[in-house]
Amino acid sequence: MKKFDYLRPKSLEEALTLLNQYRERAKLIAGGTDVIVMIKQKQIAPEVLISLQEIQDLKQMKYNGNLRIGSLVTHRMIEKSELIRKEFTALSDAVEVLGSIQIRNVGTIGGNICTAAPSADTVPPLLVLGAQVQLKSLKGERVLPLDQLFLGPGETAIEQGEILTEIFIPKPLPHTGSAYWKHQRRKALDLPILGVAVMLSLDRSNVTCSDLICTSSPISTVLHALEGEEVVCKEVRIALGVAAPTPIRAVKAENLLRGKRLSDELLWEVAEMAAKEAQPRDTIRGEAWYRREMIRVFVKRMAMRCIERVLRPEETIFPERLW
Amino acid sequence: MKQTITFNLNGEPVEVEIEPHLTLLQLLRDKLEMTGTKEGCGMGECGACTVLLDGKAINSCIFPALEVEGRNVTTIEGIMDSQGNLHPIQKSFIEHGAIQCGFCTPGMILSAKALLDENPNPSEEEIRNGIAGNLCRCTGYLQIIQAIKTVREQT
Repeated sequence: MKKFDYLRPKSLEEALTLLNQYRERAKLIAGGTDVIVMIKQKQIAPEVLISLQEIQDLKQMKYNGNLRIGSLVTHRMIEKSELIRKEFTALSDAVEVLGSIQIRNVGTIGGNICTAAPSADTVPPLLVLGAQVQLKSLKGERVLPLDQLFLGPGETAIEQGEILTEIFIPKPLPHTGSAYWKHQRRKALDLPILGVAVMLSLDRSNVTCSDLICTSSPISTVLHALEGEEVVCKEVRIALGVAAPTPIRAVKAENLLRGKRLSDELLWEVAEMAAKEAQPRDTIRGEAWYRREMIRVFVKRMAMRCIERVLRPEETIFPERLW
Repeated sequence: MKQTITFNLNGEPVEVEIEPHLTLLQLLRDKLEMTGTKEGCGMGECGACTVLLDGKAINSCIFPALEVEGRNVTTIEGIMDSQGNLHPIQKSFIEHGAIQCGFCTPGMILSAKALLDENPNPSEEEIRNGIAGNLCRCTGYLQIIQAIKTVREQT
């Protein structure tokens, strides 16, 4: 591996000063599960790595209805958080299937964002949860909605001299459920062929037909029953990974659903629209036509999983049932 | 520019001067001659290099050595008891034929140890998840899972 110097600043100010001093000769490192691999694969060759591991403030999670996650919080800490499982479920779904335990013990949420891979598992969930990121530099700080951060594969709007310090997730509306599906060939240690995240907020969670979810009735039956009770989708976000050069929101699909009464027919239209909006390509992991087809399938399934989580939040319903 | 680090390796304090670009795996194998930890893929995918850092499993092949400053590292050499008896997980692996070529074994055993230390009574599903980051290419997974299950039942 190419040699580099390794600096371990004790504070954010010190890190920002070093970053300003070395500029493009330096690369920031959090857990290193991407950075060290990129150096070994000769994709990057920084003279200096500036480690953020000594900056304890970046390792905190704070919750007061809204959630603030320090950029150095590991995937494993998120996986173990009961609060995140309950309130921000799509993010839990993602970190449970990200890498291996060894990777999750070390890799960080900030690192996953900054690597800006189209396949980053935490990004579609963060997009549907409405996340914003805080960027600090010697000049000051700014907050950017996450959907404005990604410019291309490996490219972000983070400027020279800036450090991503915190991810902010607003308190979800009442009656909200979220879910992420990582479509992959193996159950562990794979990159996704496709990532699909959905967040749905309903107008209420008291419906008489909620027992139907616990039966083996097909999706369409459940949806017909919900339609009869006029359950309305108050808010919706849909995000896709590996479906374009960056993780994307399927905004047109969202617009079809927002404010409307839930129905089987409408969810199919929404899923079709998400598949149309995506710009997947042929890669070694999957061809574009297949990805499009799977977007259609999984947007609908994840919407159903959100509904299930709103209507029966305390239960695990047919763990093997793929909505 | 070399830097000096001090950390705890298998319960013993270590002070060593290293080049800053070394991985923890290079530090262990090349500097400290602790060759029980193996290098497989070298990219954090196969788990052969698994060691415990403050009790948690990590891939040492992609972990910067300087980050172990002041922390506790456990390798396969460090899990015997003070009389030199093998750890119950090691014994169980031997009894169940959970070793063929042995290359994945140190990492597999440390992942199993991290799992059992945290959750002494894991389900089969939890055992499978616990070793999901360790590849065995002799197809010994069933024996490995059985070995870990048996340790669970004994303790």
